[in-house]
Amino acid sequence: MVQFTLPKNSKVLTGKTWPKPEGKNVRKFQIYRWSPDDGKNPSVDTYFVDMDKCGPMVLDALIKIKNEIDPTLTFRRSCREGICGSCAMNIDGINTLACIYGLDEIKGDVKIYPLPHMPVIKDLIPDLTHFYAQHASIMPWLETKTNRPAKEWRQSIEDRKKLDGLYECVMCASCSTSCPSYWWNGDKYLGPAALLHAYRWIIDSRDEATGERLDNLEDPFKLYRCHTIMNCAKTCPKGLNPAKAIAEIKKMMVERVV
Amino acid sequence: MRYLTARKRAEGKGAAHTGTEHHWSMTVSAVALAFMVPTWLYIFGSALGQLQEAVVAIFARPFPAILTALVLVVGMRHFAMGATMMIEDYARGSARKIGIIFAYSLSAVIVATGLFALVKIAI
Repeated sequence: MVQFTLPKNSKVLTGKTWPKPEGKNVRKFQIYRWSPDDGKNPSVDTYFVDMDKCGPMVLDALIKIKNEIDPTLTFRRSCREGICGSCAMNIDGINTLACIYGLDEIKGDVKIYPLPHMPVIKDLIPDLTHFYAQHASIMPWLETKTNRPAKEWRQSIEDRKKLDGLYECVMCASCSTSCPSYWWNGDKYLGPAALLHAYRWIIDSRDEATGERLDNLEDPFKLYRCHTIMNCAKTCPKGLNPAKAIAEIKKMMVERVV
Repeated sequence: MRYLTARKRAEGKGAAHTGTEHHWSMTVSAVALAFMVPTWLYIFGSALGQLQEAVVAIFARPFPAILTALVLVVGMRHFAMGATMMIEDYARGSARKIGIIFAYSLSAVIVATGLFALVKIAI
């Protein structure tokens, strides 16, 4: 459901400003903070980081802040190279991965928020439970009916190439949380990430559940809430195009009836 | 508070197995309107500013009359389906249902009124 204003307890207030270190190359970070423990509204804390003693990526600065300034700052991170998708957050107005987003790409102060329109667990950590359950609902595995071959399921080079631009998705949720349709109807609409994965399995030459998969997607909300807004393709930190995958699913749906 | 698993919430009531017809219908009517509306606007534009008798004479001719009827029927059907999409996006519960009924009713009234006027002019 569309919401035009934030609930009272979600209004973001000005938070604590941490001491500014000495140095010529100091940068200002404004970071969203919220804790479920104190019952307070969310706030934006201000930190200062000496860039001469910090790595080049946003995640480097966050780790430096956590290690040296404020150990209570909470965020997810793991691989530091854009493979795990853990550190997805809204940086400078863009949903992306903190580990592969360079600080030199940001002009002025660095503003960091959690992924938009998701329940927040703490600080920069969104609750992705529903997002993952939606992914599970599209059956992200190989479905076969034929008896298992003696060795592997074979696939031609041409058919394998069809999975390029799809299998690279790391499920960071940057795309889904940038999609207005997902904001307003995320309870029913599967969102770009889950639909990209759905298409990845639909066009897999080894998968034998194409009809069942299309049946499960044919719904005004699960699939057809995509209005080709294209925020998903614009924001994807891996350079993928979920909107195209969704369009391909729609084309396959039409091919079934026309 | 309901103790539903995340998977149960995600699955909801399952797929409605509908939507493709709506999508295809919108695509077809959009393509049709892309041709019909400019042609109709050209005819309407050429009638603008003329005396009532001349305008009535233009819309009494078969091609302008049939085209106007088609623009009305196809256009209003396209409007109703598009409006339904928008209402589904932004409203829920009773507001959604009432909004959809209103959109379809409005388009039906416009089509009926337009066709009545057209028949009166043409005959």
